[in-house]
Amino acid sequence: MATSVLEHRPPALPHAHPKTGIWSWITTVDHKRIGIMYGATSFLFFLLGGLEALIMRMQLIGPNGKLVDPDTFNALFTMHGTTMIFLGVMPLSAMFFNYFIPIQIGARDVAFPRLNAFSYWVFLLGGLFINASFIVGTPPDGGWFGYANLTSSRVMSATAAAPSPGLNIDFWVLGLQILGVASLAAAVNFFVTIVNMRAPGMRMLRMPMFVWMSFVVQVLLVLAFPVITVALILLMFDRNFGSSFFMPDGGGDPVMWQHLFWIFGHPEVYILILPAFGITSEILPVFSRKPLFGYTAMVFSGIFIGFVGFGVWSHHMFATGMGPFADTFFAIATMVIAIPTGVKIFNWVGTMWGGSIRYTTAMLSAIAMVALFIIGGLSGVMHSSPPADLQQTDTYFIVAHFHYVLFGGAIFGLTAGAYYWWPKMFGRLLNESLGKVHFWLMFIGMNLTFFPMHFLGLHGMPRRVYTYPEGLGFEFWNRVETFGSFMLAAGFLVFIVNIIKTWRGPRNAPADPWHGATLEWSIPSPPQEFNFPKLPVVHSSVPQWDARRAAGGELPEPELVSGEDIHMPNPSYWPLVAAIGVFLVFFSLLFIRTWPSWWMFTIFSVLWLFYGVYRWAFEPAH
Amino acid sequence: MERSPNRAKHAWMAKAALLGLVVLAAACADSYPNYPQTTLDPRSDFTRLVDSLFRQTFWWAVIVFVLVEAALIYVLWRFRAKPGDAEPEQSHGNTTLEIIWTVIPAIILVFIAVPTVKTIFKTSLPTPNPEVEVEVIGHQWWWEFRYPKLGVVTANEMVVPVSKMIGLKMWSADVIHSFWSPQLAAKRDVFPVFPNTKYPKINPLWFTADSVGDYTGQCAELCGIQHATMGLRVIVKSDADFDAWIAARRVGSPLVEGGRVAPGVDSVWKADTIHTKGQAAFVAGGCMTCHAMAGTPLAGAMTLRGPNLSHFGSRTTLGANMYENTPANLAAWLRDPQGMKKGSHMILPRPLTETEIDALVAYLRMHK
Repeated sequence: MATSVLEHRPPALPHAHPKTGIWSWITTVDHKRIGIMYGATSFLFFLLGGLEALIMRMQLIGPNGKLVDPDTFNALFTMHGTTMIFLGVMPLSAMFFNYFIPIQIGARDVAFPRLNAFSYWVFLLGGLFINASFIVGTPPDGGWFGYANLTSSRVMSATAAAPSPGLNIDFWVLGLQILGVASLAAAVNFFVTIVNMRAPGMRMLRMPMFVWMSFVVQVLLVLAFPVITVALILLMFDRNFGSSFFMPDGGGDPVMWQHLFWIFGHPEVYILILPAFGITSEILPVFSRKPLFGYTAMVFSGIFIGFVGFGVWSHHMFATGMGPFADTFFAIATMVIAIPTGVKIFNWVGTMWGGSIRYTTAMLSAIAMVALFIIGGLSGVMHSSPPADLQQTDTYFIVAHFHYVLFGGAIFGLTAGAYYWWPKMFGRLLNESLGKVHFWLMFIGMNLTFFPMHFLGLHGMPRRVYTYPEGLGFEFWNRVETFGSFMLAAGFLVFIVNIIKTWRGPRNAPADPWHGATLEWSIPSPPQEFNFPKLPVVHSSVPQWDARRAAGGELPEPELVSGEDIHMPNPSYWPLVAAIGVFLVFFSLLFIRTWPSWWMFTIFSVLWLFYGVYRWAFEPAH
Repeated sequence: MERSPNRAKHAWMAKAALLGLVVLAAACADSYPNYPQTTLDPRSDFTRLVDSLFRQTFWWAVIVFVLVEAALIYVLWRFRAKPGDAEPEQSHGNTTLEIIWTVIPAIILVFIAVPTVKTIFKTSLPTPNPEVEVEVIGHQWWWEFRYPKLGVVTANEMVVPVSKMIGLKMWSADVIHSFWSPQLAAKRDVFPVFPNTKYPKINPLWFTADSVGDYTGQCAELCGIQHATMGLRVIVKSDADFDAWIAARRVGSPLVEGGRVAPGVDSVWKADTIHTKGQAAFVAGGCMTCHAMAGTPLAGAMTLRGPNLSHFGSRTTLGANMYENTPANLAAWLRDPQGMKKGSHMILPRPLTETEIDALVAYLRMHK
């Protein structure tokens, strides 16, 4: 929607520290650069997870597939789930948290810029660590949910194929703990940023919906990640030190793992989807030229979803036989979540009602997010009913459900965000024609891949199977799904082409290419390091629209200023040093069973970590 | 925004919608017999309860889906930007509307919740008076079925009489599995119970099959490398056929006389060269380490690693519903069990000779 094409922007104005070169990226504490690093890294991980999915789809294209071994297939779906959740969708959301939370609330950076850099480095190292398991030849293969006691080594150790327990699950257990450190540090940081760093007049109930949903996500992260961390530590003890937290022969209980995992795992679902809800709530108003319908209801429905989301975890466990009272409680709690979710859907439709809808790629993706999430939400209601779930759980019906929620919901929301915010982040508008090709390939491919999974699940195809025999009637829809998955992959290829083409093209993005409502559109594209030369004063939830109205039309392009008198935090490499320390600590724990002196490595790593934190703490921040 | 791209887009949408309808129609026109493991064709009282609940929720979901998506599509068409559009009215919400669309879904959910809770209480309580009791024990990667009152132990194929209440008690010998017989019993997880487990979690399940037939099912909880091939069959027989089946299976069962067979049977076996040769191979090949077998010294063992092989010749499948039980498949299995089912716990102490394999195939198939 660019109405004017800007001339090539002059190079950024000089500042105290270097702005280019690899070292400037390694030492950066600028939330925008960290956001871009999050985005680039997680997009690569996302492509890796997609590749894993394609291999699985090739294996399942017909009955008795022989492309990969059964153990490889188990590793593929374990790593596909782990990658997409922890290394794909979560950090892609973190890219937008990083880049846009400070700008949207009118701040110059996050509350703890170096902690922010630390989060990124820990995330990167954690992602590389888990995936290094492929290189060593022992990828995790116990599912992304790692159910004990399958993952407790004493049982697994007895397989004929692997007489002693491999490091597969250890990579997963330790990798997730590394990623947990990154998520927790980032969550605290954004929480404090949103509470403390808002510009004058940016009251809580004036915050953009993306910031609001991000805020709920940070609370969920802070409350949910400690639970999985505890569970992972207990599992680590079971595996390495002979404890029996989840082993039925030593007085432990494998069902406890399921409870701990899903007390984390269900809020995790909202951690994945709420940022996409926020992005959608940003985009629909802008391209309908109308404010968000029912702002307050949108805020409180988001909070309500997050709150009740902590009380529904056992709906993942209806088949465990919890008894009729627990089943009833968790069924009703789960159904209740449908109400605020419905409010969101209706309010989105209400936002577009009476508007003037411009079909940009960002808008199409946001609309698709709504349309597809409805399907995922309704199939969710179907298996909130425990007896019905006794047929559906652990089948492809569930795979269909959560891909409608997480691909149809989260990925389409994030794609919408990418097209919407790309010009702000890089000063270049993504090509709209390629964008539409990307969108339609993704939209049709998505439905071809995931809709038939409903049929297959109801017709009796279980999840996590490396093969299926002839004669069960699974052939046709599996072939359709594999075809659809390649269409999806083609969509992402077009996206990559679009990115490369745009990157090579001129800087053509004005400050406000879409006539946006929020503060990020009031500053140049891309923003200068300090975001705002003067902190803005906010009077409503749509400050940029207020400014346009006050000006009676187009606003002039904001000018670049030198910003010499603006104090920004110094670059620092100590966050990276500390992050390497965190990585080393968990890396050393990989050797517990195989190297008697592993603890010496651990002590060394802890000292490294302390030294990094010590130097970080006493380094002048400004 | 110009008109033409919009029109093209609408044509696209129409095509997409048409494609969707065709796909749905194709899916509906498909008949259930093409899907022998389907959940949509219930054949027992239990799965009929589940199915009728599912169908109620399904139609509510369809109604909501059609209405909401139709509203969405209407809005997208009706309020598309046209050249020269004035700024739309800047409405911020409408409390009445928002209350309405909070309350209506809540009411629909009540219509789903009430039958749900009723069905929960019907399906999750153990049956008071099962007419046939079967113990289901999950193993990596096969199923053991015991009939404690009838004195039968078998594997991978559960045989039950039609129109009789079957009560299952289920646990696992190693990791968590999930017993899933889609047309008869839906799904329940089975949890490991070891000899020293203090509080064993033994899940019940019940069903009354309403038609004779051969139903497939499989493990539904990830349980390791061969989760995909941990299949099972439930074979529903008429009363008379079931009684005959039980009577035959009691011969050499560990639950009857500790596996000892009547002297008459024993002398018949000993006179049969197929039997004597096969049994010799069975002992010499080390099969006894893991498998109980009628006529061998360990016929009465209940805790061996592998399935009880008495009456193996009457089983329709091999390797937990993985291969048809033919002489060729059985020979291939005995030659290379790891090649037939990678990662399986069956390891041969030493490779069997072709003569031994022939003897074993004949011997195992003779025991019907």
